[in-house]
Amino acid sequence: MAAIDYDSELKRAGANATHGWRRLAYLAQRHVLGAIGLFIMITFVWVAASADIIGRYDPLSVDAAHALAPPSTAHWMGTDSFGRDVWSRIIHGARISLAVGIGSTALGASIGVMIGLVSGYLSGWVDLVFQRVTDILQALPLLVLALVMTAALGPSLPNVILAIAIPLIPTVSRVIRANTLALREQPFVEAAKSIGMSETRIALRHVLPNTLAPLIVLATAQLGSTILTEASLSFLGLGIPEPHPSWGRMLSESAAEYVRTAPWLVIFPGLAISLAVFGTNLFGDALRDILDPRQRG
Amino acid sequence: MFAYIVRRLFLMLVTLFGISVIIFVLLRIVPGNIVDILFAAAGYVDPADKAHLEQELGLDQPIVVQYLHWIGGLLHGDLGYSYVSEKPALDEILPRIPITARLAGLALTFSASIGIPLGVISAVNQGTRLDYFLRVVSLSGLSLPSFWLGLLILMASVALFGTMPIFNPNPKTWSEALAIYCVPAMAVGFRSAALTMRITRSSMLEILRQDYIRTARAKGASEATVNFRHALKNAILPVITVIGIEAAFLIGGLIVTETVFNIPGVARYLVEALRWRDYPIVQNLVMMIAVVVVTANFTVDMLYAVLDPRIRYSD
Repeated sequence: MAAIDYDSELKRAGANATHGWRRLAYLAQRHVLGAIGLFIMITFVWVAASADIIGRYDPLSVDAAHALAPPSTAHWMGTDSFGRDVWSRIIHGARISLAVGIGSTALGASIGVMIGLVSGYLSGWVDLVFQRVTDILQALPLLVLALVMTAALGPSLPNVILAIAIPLIPTVSRVIRANTLALREQPFVEAAKSIGMSETRIALRHVLPNTLAPLIVLATAQLGSTILTEASLSFLGLGIPEPHPSWGRMLSESAAEYVRTAPWLVIFPGLAISLAVFGTNLFGDALRDILDPRQRG
Repeated sequence: MFAYIVRRLFLMLVTLFGISVIIFVLLRIVPGNIVDILFAAAGYVDPADKAHLEQELGLDQPIVVQYLHWIGGLLHGDLGYSYVSEKPALDEILPRIPITARLAGLALTFSASIGIPLGVISAVNQGTRLDYFLRVVSLSGLSLPSFWLGLLILMASVALFGTMPIFNPNPKTWSEALAIYCVPAMAVGFRSAALTMRITRSSMLEILRQDYIRTARAKGASEATVNFRHALKNAILPVITVIGIEAAFLIGGLIVTETVFNIPGVARYLVEALRWRDYPIVQNLVMMIAVVVVTANFTVDMLYAVLDPRIRYSD
């Protein structure tokens, strides 16, 4: 009978990786795809933060003499019909995608958390009203609601963030509400009540922190779809207005003309969108496996 | 069961009423109505002309009256007139529906016929390289914007055939019809195929862990019988939910894909109407989408009870 090597078994199960870098290195080893996703996300944040340094041209400066130039050493990803450098526009576009992605996810999630918490905690008619409003918001696809909202509010960065955040509210509030309902029955909530803690304090200090794990999982999963929705809105001409370098805008309808003549105008912005969303999706999947093993697929 | 259906139908009506109010108000909080825009474009403003036009379009009335007028008409099948073409909205919308419906149907067929088998293959080979590869492919399917996929397809078609598929309402040959509908349908359906695959995989994995699967194997049933007759049959329920809900939510992909391929369907029409501020068209189209979504949700729930005899709605 083979002897069990306890040390190596413990190491394999991650027993010595309890916190800090060791824990991170252990998780990265176990979730290779998630680590790749995180790497892609960090790269995008870094690119967005240092766009002014690594961008070789002003993303807005027009240079008619070099319009539609193919990729070269001077213009790594070529230039568009106004002679603007595509590489510089893409790295500055990362800022817009990140601002919309993080802004709308954070806004939608915080409103969703408030509604979910209040709805699950108070129940009764408040819950009923919130539930119906959630039903209504969920009866329209994300892009349709966001389209109508940007058309009504007018195209600008804050309006796009708002238009994408509102359709996210129901998904978040549903999850938080279900969690709150389950947590409300837990002994530790009863204990808090019995020592005379106020309802608000219980909700904020005891129930809310326990809904954080599913919230983080959900928010990461939504991040990709918010970036995609911004790209779609801008592509349709109802998102971020010109001359801001939004990836979706760069691919807007006129791109169909350039499919023949200037394919670099189609390939690079699309690649940027796909890679950014792919990164958040990979990371989101791994995060779900780590934080919420019940949902593991 | 009957009481449940009645309750659900009532809630559907409440939801639709809520949407109609939200859309109507949303479209009217914009500063400036269609008349302002028309006159701004014309460059001069004659107040008498403007007032006359506003009166003609019913815009001078209080918003509640305008809303009741719209809903009253809707119940009679009168959708109002398009501001842009001045034709009845119904005549503008109806001919565009079959085009979009065909695309949606093909996209769903594509996604189910690709997504379900790949999901089964991935689950049966869990943990292998094939499984890893398929999971990465499905995740990339969820990451590609469908309009970019459409543009890539156009690019490939230019490179291979030297031409792009141009929409033609009456295709002459069989291959032309295929190019016109199937290619954009694949661009739309790729994302749903990826989603279907992921759900099929996780649902199959759950079922394959069950005792009765082990029993079936112990009885000597072949792998194919176990996987398809025993496992897939029980794993299909969540997949049907996803496909059913995707059927309604496909509209997002259709909007951008119809724009890329220049297909005169109802999804692209929504974007055009929004740009032209053709609100009678927008509000009716949004209502139509909401009806489709709500009905799809209801149908999926009812289908559940039919497919799984254990599910009985008594609430």
